[in-house]
Amino acid sequence: MSTSIDYLALAVQFMVAAGFVVTTMVATHLIGPKRKTADKLENFECGIESKGNARIPFSIKYFLIAILFVMFDVEVIFMYPWAVNFRELGQIGFMEMLFFTGTLLLGFLYILKKGALKWH
Amino acid sequence: MDWALLLDKTILIVIIFAVSLGIAAYSTYGERKIAAFLQDRLGPDRAGPFGLLQPIADGVKMFTKEEIIPNASDKFLFIVGPCIFMMTALMTSAIIPWGKSFNFGGHEFGLQVADLNVGLLYLFAVVSIGGYGIMIGGWASNNKFALLGALRAASQMISYELAMGMSIVALLLINNSLSLREIVDGQAGDGNVWNVVRQPIGFLIFLICAFAECNRAPFDLPESESELIGGYHTEFSSMKLGLFLFAEYINMFISSAIIASLYFGGYHFPGIDSLDLPQNIAAIVSIAVLFAKILFFIFFFMWVRWTLPRFRYDQLMNLGWKILIPLSIVNVLVTGAWITFFK
Repeated sequence: MSTSIDYLALAVQFMVAAGFVVTTMVATHLIGPKRKTADKLENFECGIESKGNARIPFSIKYFLIAILFVMFDVEVIFMYPWAVNFRELGQIGFMEMLFFTGTLLLGFLYILKKGALKWH
Repeated sequence: MDWALLLDKTILIVIIFAVSLGIAAYSTYGERKIAAFLQDRLGPDRAGPFGLLQPIADGVKMFTKEEIIPNASDKFLFIVGPCIFMMTALMTSAIIPWGKSFNFGGHEFGLQVADLNVGLLYLFAVVSIGGYGIMIGGWASNNKFALLGALRAASQMISYELAMGMSIVALLLINNSLSLREIVDGQAGDGNVWNVVRQPIGFLIFLICAFAECNRAPFDLPESESELIGGYHTEFSSMKLGLFLFAEYINMFISSAIIASLYFGGYHFPGIDSLDLPQNIAAIVSIAVLFAKILFFIFFFMWVRWTLPRFRYDQLMNLGWKILIPLSIVNVLVTGAWITFFK
């Protein structure tokens, strides 16, 4: 059973981790040599002079994947409390989840048919 | 407030950090030695006996390299990105039960930092934040290759997270708890077997997704060096690059520990409880058992990396969305039906 001490331990772990990361960053900043030139601070693109800004419009597919992820992840999160209490919920609980997953799969079939997951 | 207990936990946290950093450092050595073995080479053998000091030499080199922040980059985010990635890698170790508790003259010393009853949810939450580290790092570089690498990493990580979450749901149906300690203990004792026997398909899905989440080959498209230079960490140098690479090895160590705990009985081994060892010896044995399993899975990660070629991007997405997600949903339903109607 988790108690407040467990969450306090998490806070301690967070502080130790942050301490480690900050120390590393400060140390490497202080130790490393600093001989900066204009060419060195250019972006590295295989030695060819870089053209324009990197933040150009990119394929909409990545965005679509992100949207689909949000929807499906919410569904998965709904399944966690159900799975933990599975034995108490019994047969009715299972039937309800069957209905829920059926709806979910219909949506999944829809996005498949729409070609949302087709990569060219 | 129980200060003694908090002191215990702090000591444990520091030990776990030291161990995971040490294992991550020597994983780089192990990886190069295994790669060399598989390719009929020698691997690092100059620094110290058998090249054993190589990780230390690499670490020193990382620290003493010049720190370059490109002019075009977003300076604040450029520094924050690798920090977030490393932080999340270090935070995940909190919920893993590393062994049975010690007993020092009546004082119980537990080997788990936080036994949360939402342990697995905590794990998923922290792992998801890791994606931000890569995304921020790649975007802040203002480099086309880095941005593409970061995009690939982000969509790969979220795609495989779904199937991973679903394979865990099937496991929860059997174990009925989100606490990792209870899941581990549910695999020991009379009539209980390791979860890999109860959930072979779930295990396979989880293993594949763990590879994808760690950006390990054959899922290393975010940093595929032959097309994207170095992917999201192209622009990073000195210890900022070090944090990215190091955190990847820590992630590999932690996912091996999670796989061992979820599916291979964690610190339990069949028949070891019947030996009736004294408590402290039993604790040491349990730690050794867990680490043997972890080291095997780290080896397995490396073995796969040097055996399989990289996926193409559409193959990666098809595997994640069209095979693993439907398969894991079916796995959940079959497991549920089995428990409901036959038990």
